[in-house]
Amino acid sequence: MTTIILFAPLIGALICGFGWRFIGETAGQVITTGLVFLGAFLSWIIFFSFDGTTQHVDLFRWFDSGSFVADWSIRLDRLTAIMLVVVNTVSALVHLYSFGYMAHDDNWGHHEHYKARFFAYLSFFTFAMLMLVTADNLPQIFFGWEGVGVASYLLIGFYYRKPSANAAAMKAFIVNRVGDFGFALGIFGLFFLTDSVKFDDIFAQGPVLAQTEISFLWRDWNAANLIAVLLFIGAMGKSAQLILHTWLPDAMEGPTPVSALIHAATMVTAGVFLVCRMSPIFEFAPQALTFVTVLGATTAFFAATVGLVQNDIKRVIAYSTCSQLGYMFVAAGVGAYPVAMFHLFTHAFFKAMLFLGAGSVIHAMHHEQDMRNYGALRKKIPLTFWAMMIGTLAITGVGIPLTHIGFAGFLSKDAVIESAFVGNHYAFIMLVIAAGMTSFYSWRLMFMTFYGEARGDHHAHDHAHESPKVMLIPLGVLALGAVFSGMIWYNNFFGNVDQMRAWFGLPVEAHATEHAAGEETSHDAAAATEGAGTEHAATTETATTETAATETATTDAAAAEAGHEAVPVPVQGAVFFGPENHTIHAAHEVPAWVKVSPFIAMVLGLLMAFQFYIRRPDLPGKLAANQPILYQFLLNKWYFDEVYDVLFVRSAKWLGGFLWKRGDGEVIDGTINGVAMGIIPFFTRLAGRAQTGYIFTYAFAMVLGIAVLVTWMTLTGGAK
Amino acid sequence: MFATDFQIVLPEVILAAYAMLALLFAVYTGKDAVAGLLTWVTAGLFVLLALWIGAGGDGARTAFGGMVNDDPFSRFAKVTILLSGAAVLAMGKDYMERRDLLRFEYPVLVALATIGMMIMVSSGDLMTLYMGLELQSLSLYVIAAIRRDSVKSTEAGLKYFVLGALSSGLLLYGASLTYGFAGTTLYSGILSTLGGEVPLGLLFGLIFIIAGLAFKVSAVPFHMWTPDVYEGAPTPVTAFFAAAPKVAAMGLLARVTQDAFGKIPGDWGQVLALLAVLSMFVGAIAAIGQRDIKRLMAYSSISHMGFALLGLASGTAEGVQAMLVYMAIYVTMSVGTFAFILSMQKDGVPVTDIESLNMYSKKEPLRALALLVLMFSLAGVPPMVGFFGKFYVLKAAVDAGMVWLAVLGVIASVIGAYYYLRIVFYMYFGKEGDRLDGDISPVQWVMLVGSAAVMVLGVVNLFGIDSLAAVAAETLVR
Repeated sequence: MTTIILFAPLIGALICGFGWRFIGETAGQVITTGLVFLGAFLSWIIFFSFDGTTQHVDLFRWFDSGSFVADWSIRLDRLTAIMLVVVNTVSALVHLYSFGYMAHDDNWGHHEHYKARFFAYLSFFTFAMLMLVTADNLPQIFFGWEGVGVASYLLIGFYYRKPSANAAAMKAFIVNRVGDFGFALGIFGLFFLTDSVKFDDIFAQGPVLAQTEISFLWRDWNAANLIAVLLFIGAMGKSAQLILHTWLPDAMEGPTPVSALIHAATMVTAGVFLVCRMSPIFEFAPQALTFVTVLGATTAFFAATVGLVQNDIKRVIAYSTCSQLGYMFVAAGVGAYPVAMFHLFTHAFFKAMLFLGAGSVIHAMHHEQDMRNYGALRKKIPLTFWAMMIGTLAITGVGIPLTHIGFAGFLSKDAVIESAFVGNHYAFIMLVIAAGMTSFYSWRLMFMTFYGEARGDHHAHDHAHESPKVMLIPLGVLALGAVFSGMIWYNNFFGNVDQMRAWFGLPVEAHATEHAAGEETSHDAAAATEGAGTEHAATTETATTETAATETATTDAAAAEAGHEAVPVPVQGAVFFGPENHTIHAAHEVPAWVKVSPFIAMVLGLLMAFQFYIRRPDLPGKLAANQPILYQFLLNKWYFDEVYDVLFVRSAKWLGGFLWKRGDGEVIDGTINGVAMGIIPFFTRLAGRAQTGYIFTYAFAMVLGIAVLVTWMTLTGGAK
Repeated sequence: MFATDFQIVLPEVILAAYAMLALLFAVYTGKDAVAGLLTWVTAGLFVLLALWIGAGGDGARTAFGGMVNDDPFSRFAKVTILLSGAAVLAMGKDYMERRDLLRFEYPVLVALATIGMMIMVSSGDLMTLYMGLELQSLSLYVIAAIRRDSVKSTEAGLKYFVLGALSSGLLLYGASLTYGFAGTTLYSGILSTLGGEVPLGLLFGLIFIIAGLAFKVSAVPFHMWTPDVYEGAPTPVTAFFAAAPKVAAMGLLARVTQDAFGKIPGDWGQVLALLAVLSMFVGAIAAIGQRDIKRLMAYSSISHMGFALLGLASGTAEGVQAMLVYMAIYVTMSVGTFAFILSMQKDGVPVTDIESLNMYSKKEPLRALALLVLMFSLAGVPPMVGFFGKFYVLKAAVDAGMVWLAVLGVIASVIGAYYYLRIVFYMYFGKEGDRLDGDISPVQWVMLVGSAAVMVLGVVNLFGIDSLAAVAAETLVR
């Protein structure tokens, strides 16, 4: 079944991409969409029926060279199952939505065919993304990783006549190259250290890596930390984290369905997926995890600040995506991998919906994207309005505090923030502030778009119309997800630890029982480790199976503490928790004020937005005028693009120009030309003059030659 | 005993008997009228002998007390000589006939020269060496001047003769010195006297012998006759000069150095290395100034001999193998190129100026393409076979620790590429101008296109000649 899911989009892409001339554009669109829907349907079946035990489906051998062996193989575990659902569902809905959105495009003439190309790219992207999430080894995940990069490049630059689209496509590709370089180094490093690229082998080596030193650049590093950081650099590029985030806002040059699919729901979350997938390595790399946490928190904060002042509706959502990805990395960084996946899962629904809703607004407003030209659209496009409202309620995290009832974002974001409180207070503070700003800019978007007075071009407002059904149905489906996905799967991802462990295929663990037995005690991690095995035996299971079940984690920890040589330990389940990792338990025990704080931040944000954009619409302008430096700083995205332009782009161009004109042009060409056009012709003339035509000259040359040879031989006296 | 010896030299004896009978036959019948027939018969006999020698038994035998060898090395060289000789005879006949040059002595002299070459490559004694060499040389002097009414041709013949006599003198002097110090003229005898301190006189003898042979392979600085003779001699004769005698002289050089002086490769290796480097560079640099394609091919052959000498200079079996492979490839390319040069004419008059090739590709795309392939191959552009010839030689040099020699070889081949590519440039991108006209004879066409095809198809496995050459080299270097 997974094989069908994996290859259905590829077949669709091939048929549509190469065969649309024979079957027609519409048929191509229908085939790709149908195949992705088939994949989505099967993905849900797997999602519900999957029991959590990791399965491998070998397709065929890819590499076999010395100890370097890699198969094409599908790894099916809970992470894969979640990602299958996310990718295929959003992809299927986006395919459907694109029927309407791409029906008429002003960027193309009447007789130009662009739809088949668009759908083929979408399906190709889906295939590459599925390849990434089903990968069973590093080369395969890298294949998918690069495949989505290519698809992203093609789709951002879909309007290839627009210079800005081409520039954005190149920027996305090049910035991702930086991340991919780190990722590739991480892969090489893992192969170098473990002599395998297969996940099972690598994961088992986690404890060994933690005690290995490796020399890299100028000093020795702890292998696990180094590898984890290198892998995370790859994740930073793909998931638009700070430093490597600059491509994501520009990627909005692509058609809006692309933004929804690639730059909100799926591809950009690949980095989070990677960190979760590699959790058996990250768990042994505490410094790397701290780095992930701090960077994620900073990104969440930074992107939210920028989102406050943007005017392009898609850019606001893009920065919001960037910010939400930061949340996910914080969750992963503090060791709460299921929570990261939970937020990824819910975020996919509401963020895709926000994008598709924004697409619907843009569609209605004749491709106007500046929110300053919107206003009072609530009545014109009511269904889109309600969809956007649900999305906003979900992203801002509306729910009933201290219960488990609320929109999807409420449950997952609160879970992230609670985990962050346990793991890292800096992250916690940043995330709460970011939550307030998220609320502000999300409501600002809503108020500017749907409330107030109609601004901008009257013509556009007069002709604003509700989108066709093919665009509204996906919105409806995603709305269901945005409302309910949090509540339904809360316990599986976060709420109930036993259920979560079973769901992710993890072994029943000591801490779980301990937790069940003694409510109030022991988040004192160090003490728990040693005693856990025995306590576990005493409380629950019958004594016979106890030792066998004394967990990998505990035995390993014991070994490590005793100072023994670390040994490879096979890893079971989709994610891995180190012996010291109690984040999820502890996250349930945080004080009530922590649990309520994001809600308060959200309400504050809402009130601020209400004050600024409904009651006193003149306030934002005044504030901007009062604080010009801050405003410009935020509006210009903290000047990252400008700094990069000076640091990298211009200096690289200068270096290129220097090497080209001075190095290549003058030194190399000059030398070659000098030799070829000056020195050699001189010798040619000399040789021509020597060829006099007189026999005595020739004979003289021969005699001279033999004289030289004989002299030489006399002097050297022959070889010894 | 004599019967066995006779058996071994039977191909040479048959060819010699044929040459004499053919001479008598022609004199007493139609004289020049039967020249065409004789040319064909001679070429046919060459091919038959080549097949016979090529298919004939393996292993090494000696005859006449070690004076004549029959081993894989000599067989490899003989087959190459005979086949190239046959090819040149066949493709030159048409040209000679049209210009009323086809004397009946021509095929007979070629046959006699070929006997000389066959003896050269199978020599086991300084006596047989000199006998073969002189038989070959005297025949070549005559055919260089076969166009008696042309000043250029006679001048070429005379120059060749005078300088050839000088080189023969050097060689003989070297042979006498060697005999004086070694007490024997037999290669195996000379080899056995080497050991410990080598007397300087013997080394002088070695140098003089090498110098004499270097004249035959036209290695710098004994090369200066080559452009004049190539230019002056009728083109079919030039084609012959460029092919078979080079193989023979190179084979003889390998045989003398390895069989007679194999114990002191360092001594002759450095001499050959010097000659090789000089030849490669002078051949490449001087050719740039040439406008006449025959002179250009003369310098080209000098440069190519430099590469072949590079293989010998390494002094290893690998080097000899590389030399043999290189020579076989060179001869094939040379035959193809000269087949084209033979067809170059305008209004019935032979043309040799390379500017006449301007935009030739428009008129005769296939022939131009074939010449392009040959030029690329001569220049050593992969994947043409010519590249592999150079590759083998350079690899042999590197393996023998002569890295600098190999580097110089690469530089020389880069310089040399210029004039080959210039011909291609004229054919494909040149100016519009007076074009060549006239047809190519079927034999020339087959030789041209066939040799070009070999240059391309040979990339698969070089038609197995590298393994044959390896066997041949094995018997020589012990």
